[in-house]
Amino acid sequence: MMATNVSGIIDSTNDVDLSIDFAGIKAPNPFWLASAPPTDKAYNVERAFAAGWGGVVWKTLGEDPPAVNVSSRYSALYGRNRQVMGLNNIELITDRSLELNLREIERVKRNWPDRALIISLMVPCVEEAWRTILPLIEATGADGIELNLGCPHGMPERGMGAAVGQNPDLVEQVARWCKQYYSKPVIVKLTPNITDIRAPARAALRGGADAVSLINTINSITSLDLDRMVAHPIVGGRSTHGGYCGEAVKPIALNMVAEIGRDPATQGLPISGIGGISSWRDAAEFIALGAGSVQVCTAAMLHGFRIVEEMKDGLARWMGEHGYARIGDFSGRALANTTDWKYLDMNYVSIAHIDQDKCIQCGRCHIACEDTSHQAIAHYRLDDGTRRYEVKAADCVGCNLCQITCPVEGCIDMVAVETGRPYMNWTQDPRNPHREVQEPAAAM
Amino acid sequence: MNKLNHLPRSAASAAELASRFTDLHPALTPRQAEIESERCLYCYDAPCVEACPTGIDVPKFIRQIAYDNLNGAAKTILDANILGGSCARVCPTEILCERACVRNYDQEAEPVKIALLQRHAIDGMTFRRHPFERAPMTGKRIAVVGAGPAGLSCAHRLAMHGHDVVIFEAQAKPGGLNEYGIARYKLTDNYAQEEVAFLLSIGGIEIRYGQALGRGLELATLRREFDRVFLALGLQASRALALDESSHASATAATDYIRVLRQSADLTDLPVPASAIVIGAGNTAIDIAVQAKRLGSEEVTLVYRRGIEHMTATPHEQAIARDAGVRLVTYAQPERILLDNQGHVAGMRFTRTRLAADGRLEASDETLDIAAQAVFTAIGQAFDVEALSDMQAQTLARDSGRIRVNDAFRTSLPGVYAGGDCVNLGQDLTVEAVQHGKLAAEAIHFELMGKAEAA
Ligand SMILES: Cc1cc2nc3c(=O)[nH]c(=O)nc-3n(C[C@H](O)[C@H](O)[C@H](O)COP(=O)(O)OP(=O)(O)OC[C@H]3O[C@@H](n4cnc5c(N)ncnc54)[C@H](O)[C@@H]3O)c2cc1C
Ligand SMILES: Cc1cc2nc3c(=O)[nH]c(=O)nc-3n(C[C@H](O)[C@H](O)[C@H](O)COP(=O)(O)O)c2cc1C
Ligand code: SF4
Repeated sequence: MMATNVSGIIDSTNDVDLSIDFAGIKAPNPFWLASAPPTDKAYNVERAFAAGWGGVVWKTLGEDPPAVNVSSRYSALYGRNRQVMGLNNIELITDRSLELNLREIERVKRNWPDRALIISLMVPCVEEAWRTILPLIEATGADGIELNLGCPHGMPERGMGAAVGQNPDLVEQVARWCKQYYSKPVIVKLTPNITDIRAPARAALRGGADAVSLINTINSITSLDLDRMVAHPIVGGRSTHGGYCGEAVKPIALNMVAEIGRDPATQGLPISGIGGISSWRDAAEFIALGAGSVQVCTAAMLHGFRIVEEMKDGLARWMGEHGYARIGDFSGRALANTTDWKYLDMNYVSIAHIDQDKCIQCGRCHIACEDTSHQAIAHYRLDDGTRRYEVKAADCVGCNLCQITCPVEGCIDMVAVETGRPYMNWTQDPRNPHREVQEPAAAM
Repeated sequence: MNKLNHLPRSAASAAELASRFTDLHPALTPRQAEIESERCLYCYDAPCVEACPTGIDVPKFIRQIAYDNLNGAAKTILDANILGGSCARVCPTEILCERACVRNYDQEAEPVKIALLQRHAIDGMTFRRHPFERAPMTGKRIAVVGAGPAGLSCAHRLAMHGHDVVIFEAQAKPGGLNEYGIARYKLTDNYAQEEVAFLLSIGGIEIRYGQALGRGLELATLRREFDRVFLALGLQASRALALDESSHASATAATDYIRVLRQSADLTDLPVPASAIVIGAGNTAIDIAVQAKRLGSEEVTLVYRRGIEHMTATPHEQAIARDAGVRLVTYAQPERILLDNQGHVAGMRFTRTRLAADGRLEASDETLDIAAQAVFTAIGQAFDVEALSDMQAQTLARDSGRIRVNDAFRTSLPGVYAGGDCVNLGQDLTVEAVQHGKLAAEAIHFELMGKAEAA
């Protein structure tokens, strides 16, 4: 296959091996397609494999009769140049019969033995339902299952999906049934529509799950038609909340992945990172926070399967340049530096620095700081009529706002100031009335 | 114009000719406008605002376009510049707002297309009625002389403040040079008239056509019958070449030809020289040269006595001429027009010039003959003194021919104000004239109402 050859060349030239073993599931690369329309049927999945995806999680299967979908299903949050920032959908699980899906899965797995093929499942929360379906799943030869406990719309109303995912006891129970009636790896997909993501992750582990994947979509309404006074997508004259995904959810997903990665109770539990991944850099970030594989849905839905070429190429080059030979070499590397606020160094000081050669005098840093931050950027008019913006070092608190609003990359830098003071966190800070330690320098 | 009547008419069809005078810079499509509006950085203390003579809040109106609020954008523009539609088409933005855009910096070297966005907003506005309310009637009446950009802008602002305005206009149509002078490919179709109709829809403005100050109409009458007078006479005379009598008689003022060109419904009626010489170095010279080319002149030569770097036409305008295939001859000064045996123009003789060591221009003994069927002069406009020929008008203080005003646009005669090209302030640009009219109206209003309150 051409795709494997391409990645083979990259791997050898860079001494980089993208292949993974995720909770016992092997794949030539960590890029999987998440359970969703791109993995709805054999036709799409075979095209995805031909394009080079390392694995797919098949669109969620359920009991017959299959779900029925409405017409008008997606809506989006747009950026200022009509980039799709976030996608919202009100689709349900597969709307094709179980039998048809199983036959296709079996065939595709036979045709593509080196790729990871995982079946997403959602059946009612009773033991009988799982005991009945799991042998049929096992018979397909697929590499594992992913439990969809996180679909936020439609299915919860039937006692499935998010309703289960929001209750840690049920999560644990379902995972246990699956381990009992299925021999291969069991991944629990978590819903983000919950206050503390660690609770269902711990429950999944208690139930014997081999891994977790996250996040599923977030409850959302993206926008309204103000003439018709109804939210999008509009079905007839009405709408309902949907599930949000795409680039906009990446920060939420990254945090949740890190929360689980840092939790001693789930130490070492494999994580498949999902949510807004669109580029190799996004993938690298999830992996650095502890993910062992990544799943993509929206980016593929917007641009097609070919995006994986650049994802693989970019990741391999970046790994090669940084001396990482395998995914495992940097997986979780950023976790140690992700801590609680109270352990941040209160003695660290950085202030903004404007590179006057790069400054285009748009004044955005000034007005942002003046109106909403610390009045730390002065606005001068020079004799020749031009403007000059200067940081008042004494007033700058190092919040980064000016750097963020500056349209010129690299024009404003946050520069660390040498204070000569040692590391001192909030638990040690004399200004903290509840401090735990008296001697700042002594503890760490 | 009669001196060109012997020349052939264009061989092209009327439709073909008309198509050559469509927009120089076509309007943005909605999608282009959306993309372009996103490029605006919404600067604080934005340089473009300062660079616009009328001070339009450019970042604000562009943000309104970006957020799908075209009427809001149009209102922002019109608040500062009631002729924002024609300014968007005729402003030399390369020396105004777009030159100041921060996106000109190295990284991009490409300003936001401010004028095209401005046009997008004005062309797209859908107000159900005139977007400005008139203040309660003041009972004051103001005479405005001249319905060009300065006069119209002043009249609109005065009407808004509740005053009644009568405009005395020499011509049969309003608009001034917007109607009679701007290159046809900049203000196309009937835009000048449509814009005036929109402006007048505020109410309270009456225009009396065929009324010329100095020719039947006297300043004393206006001062007597109105509370204030605003003079917006423009520059009605074209400077002539200082040449012998016959040369003088054979040259055609570029503005005369453009006036006819702008007014012809059918361009195939126009006499078109197969070859033409244009004398001058400003934007009017470029305008006549390019329009002659578009009409079908094969050979158009622009002749200037100094070098390219001394031309007042902006580099952008020069590029338009180059793109149109206009030939440029520098360092040559007119000596005399050459006539054929029927007395028609056959060409022109020039003396070669050069810059002396002290920077002064000096003539050489070398001459240069260029064959041409027409010679157009575009060496500047001048104040037409006839307008100020009555007894009172004659007493108005002047500066190098034009009317002297202070920074409140007051002339030396009490109650008489002036603005636009006919005064000696700033550059002769449409947008400047609009600003003069607006500021003069504010000054008049302030003075009238201040006095009214005191009384
Ligand atoms: C050929 C040419 C091309 C130009 N191109 C551009 C361009 O591309 N961009 C740009 O910004 N500027 C351009 N200009 C300059 C611009 O047109 C003027 O600056 C602007 O029109 C000045 O407005 P105004 O109201 O002062 O005068 P005008 O537009 O000249 O209007 C004066 C009005 O007063 C009337 N009037 C005059 N005398 C009397 C009288 N005695 N009694 C009654 N009414 C009278 C006239 O008929 C006219 O309607 C161009 C000028 C010329 C000549
Ligand atoms: C139209 C659509 C349908 C989806 N259907 C499913 C599904 O059947 N099962 C499931 O587990 N997740 C489903 N998802 C969620 C995705 O698998 C994924 O978790 C989510 O979109 C976040 O990833 P992304 O930001 O890359 O899109 C669906 C997403 C979309 C957009
Ligand atoms: S009026 Fe002219 S100078 Fe002012 S913003 Fe518009 S196009 Fe630019």
